[in-house]
Amino acid sequence: MLEIKNLHASVEDKEILKGIDLKVNAGEVHAIMGPNGSGKSTLAEVIAGQEEFEVGEGNILLEGEDLEDLSPEERAHKGVFLSFQYPVEIPGVSVTNFMKTAINESRKAQGLEDMPANEMLKKIREKSEMLEIDRKFLSRSLNEGFSGGEKKRNEIFQMAMLEPKLAILDETDSGLDIDALRIVANGVNKLRSKDNAIIVITHYQRLLEYIVPDFVHVLYNGKIVKSGTKELALELEEKGYDWLKEEAAV
Amino acid sequence: MAYTEEELKKELETKEYEYGFYTDIESDTLPKGLNEDIVIAISKKKEEPDWMTEWRLEAFRAWKEMEEPEWANVTYNKPDFQDISYYSAPNKKPKYNSLDEVDPELLETFKKLGISVDEQKKLAGVAVDIVMDSVSVATTFKKTLAEKGIIFCSISEAIQEHPELVKKYLGTVVPQKDNFYAALNSAVFSDGSFCYIPKGVRCPMELSTYFRINQAGTGQFERTLVVADEGSYVSYLEGCTAPSRDENQLHAAVVELIALDDAEIKYSTVQNWYPGNDEGKGGVFNFVTKRGLCEKNAKISWTQVETGSAVTWKYPSCILKGDHSIGEFYSIAVTNNFQQADTGTKMIHLGKNTKSTIISKGISAGQSQNSYRGLVQVNSRAENARNFSQCDSLLMGNRCGAHTFPYIEVKNKTAQIEHEATTSKIGEDQIFYCNQRGIDTEKAIALIVNGFSKEVLNKLPMEFAVEAQKLLEISLEGSVG
Ligand SMILES: Nc1ncnc2c1ncn2[C@@H]1O[C@H](COP(=O)(O)OP(=O)(O)O)[C@@H](O)[C@H]1O
Ligand SMILES: [Mg+2]
Repeated sequence: MLEIKNLHASVEDKEILKGIDLKVNAGEVHAIMGPNGSGKSTLAEVIAGQEEFEVGEGNILLEGEDLEDLSPEERAHKGVFLSFQYPVEIPGVSVTNFMKTAINESRKAQGLEDMPANEMLKKIREKSEMLEIDRKFLSRSLNEGFSGGEKKRNEIFQMAMLEPKLAILDETDSGLDIDALRIVANGVNKLRSKDNAIIVITHYQRLLEYIVPDFVHVLYNGKIVKSGTKELALELEEKGYDWLKEEAAV
Repeated sequence: MAYTEEELKKELETKEYEYGFYTDIESDTLPKGLNEDIVIAISKKKEEPDWMTEWRLEAFRAWKEMEEPEWANVTYNKPDFQDISYYSAPNKKPKYNSLDEVDPELLETFKKLGISVDEQKKLAGVAVDIVMDSVSVATTFKKTLAEKGIIFCSISEAIQEHPELVKKYLGTVVPQKDNFYAALNSAVFSDGSFCYIPKGVRCPMELSTYFRINQAGTGQFERTLVVADEGSYVSYLEGCTAPSRDENQLHAAVVELIALDDAEIKYSTVQNWYPGNDEGKGGVFNFVTKRGLCEKNAKISWTQVETGSAVTWKYPSCILKGDHSIGEFYSIAVTNNFQQADTGTKMIHLGKNTKSTIISKGISAGQSQNSYRGLVQVNSRAENARNFSQCDSLLMGNRCGAHTFPYIEVKNKTAQIEHEATTSKIGEDQIFYCNQRGIDTEKAIALIVNGFSKEVLNKLPMEFAVEAQKLLEISLEGSVG
């Protein structure tokens, strides 16, 4: 599904990603952990095509296709989805209208007609019920005045609506209380299939109890310094990151 | 319009003849310059009664003594008023023989707005055979209105046919001497619209200047007078979303609205005059005076979407004279490239318990300058006057400007005035967020701008709102990159 080879990325001449290798197969869930400022969000945004970052060496392949020359929206049309760490507000644009536009733009790119209104409504109803989202919420302006938790839940609602091939969830757990966390994690689990892949970025082991990863990677100072199975997450929870920092420094 | 092409053809064949406005005034232009003789000549050409000629002359004499205002936040080369021809009869000759000769950029815009080929021809000034011409549509339109006693015609026609109404109301809200441009307009206005709704009548359809008879050649100094008699209602649409190219650089229109006791006037405008090219060359100067008078319990709403013109100077206002009267102003002003707009409103509270609402949305892109200028004035006798103003500015890029000049003058302690203002910028992060969801940058901007303008777009009649929305998208095309 996704293959990243020796990826370097910088912003304003400051190198943030310093050679990342990562392979994610269809049907897998990978977790990326690591201390603040290590480059997790940068990696997520570079995959999504954020042009603010300059990609030096390296490649990102999605189903064998190099993404280098594709714009963010083209990557989205190919099935890349990013649940943002900090979702932005768009005043005056309702969640429903935003989703309608997003879905129809992707369909247009695939040469399809707009989704018929009744089909759209059915889908909205289904996905909002799955994530226990109040219908009134969907007519509110996108993220405007949403609580931290509401924003994150709304990101996962969008994921459910768009049904991406590769979903990257950047600290989706922050801001969620325990009940919301369970609902969101359940939603994500329902979206798991053998045809798609999910990358979960998180600080805490807590989320990984609900969304159980196949692999765990530790990103530190722009590099993946350790990879393992879900037990690695437990180890990190216990010991913190310092031992890895020391290891990486050698 | 539920009209078949055939019906239209037939109608036109007979009616065009019957209403032969265009006969023998072809290519009939007065020499350049402005003096009393020219004013008299204009009045003569229009076969106006003496009182009208005298009225124009009074305006001209006042204008001569006036100075062009300089307080607005706009800079431009002042027009040479002696280098303009003030009367040019409607020209029947088409500008082009076929659509192939028309500027492809203009046609592209028409297409995006979803304008039919026949309409495109008409708007671009291409010779048309017999197609949907406004003349025939307007004729049937007029019949329906006449049944209700509604008068809707050109102001020239009104001066001939309804002199008592024109004489009674013309210049009562915007006096001849009101300001430099209004005085100029009063002296030389070429044509415009007149509308009268009788007592207690609810006008059954949106009145649109688009369908008004004798449309051609009224652009430069247009004069509009709308009178809603006691307890009546009318919704009036001015302009159209199709881009208007005009060789006339200076436009100075006057619009007067009169809402008598318990009457309501909704006046919606979409203004899309040629803004000049992307280097700031050419483009229309649009200096408009619009004002409405509310008697007891009356209500006037101005809604405007301004996307065109190189320079706009425009303040639709309400004089809330009657107790319990209501004034509203909803505005979207878009400036791009080198456009300059100084627009806003005045709400003059004279009566008791009068209420006004101002919602202004300014969108600036390119190197344009967009200013809101508003005055809320509460007179000493206006007990319990209330105003709510909200002015939001949206900036695109770093080279444009948004300015807000709210003036508040309160002479009565019971007044309640609220003012809110915000300035925001379309953020790279908002665009990236949309991109990530599969929405390209152009569409993302349209989405954000429409969201920003929603409260005002919602005030427009449905069909107009859809067109206006498309227009906003087109006006801002290529403004981020
Ligand atoms: N746009 C940017 N401009 C400058 N520095 C940035 C930018 N984005 C991220 N960084 C820097 O890159 C590093 C990694 O940031 P980030 O990817 O957000 O880390 P994480 O998500 O792991 O906390 C930090 O030092 C951060 O300050
Ligand atoms: Mg982060």
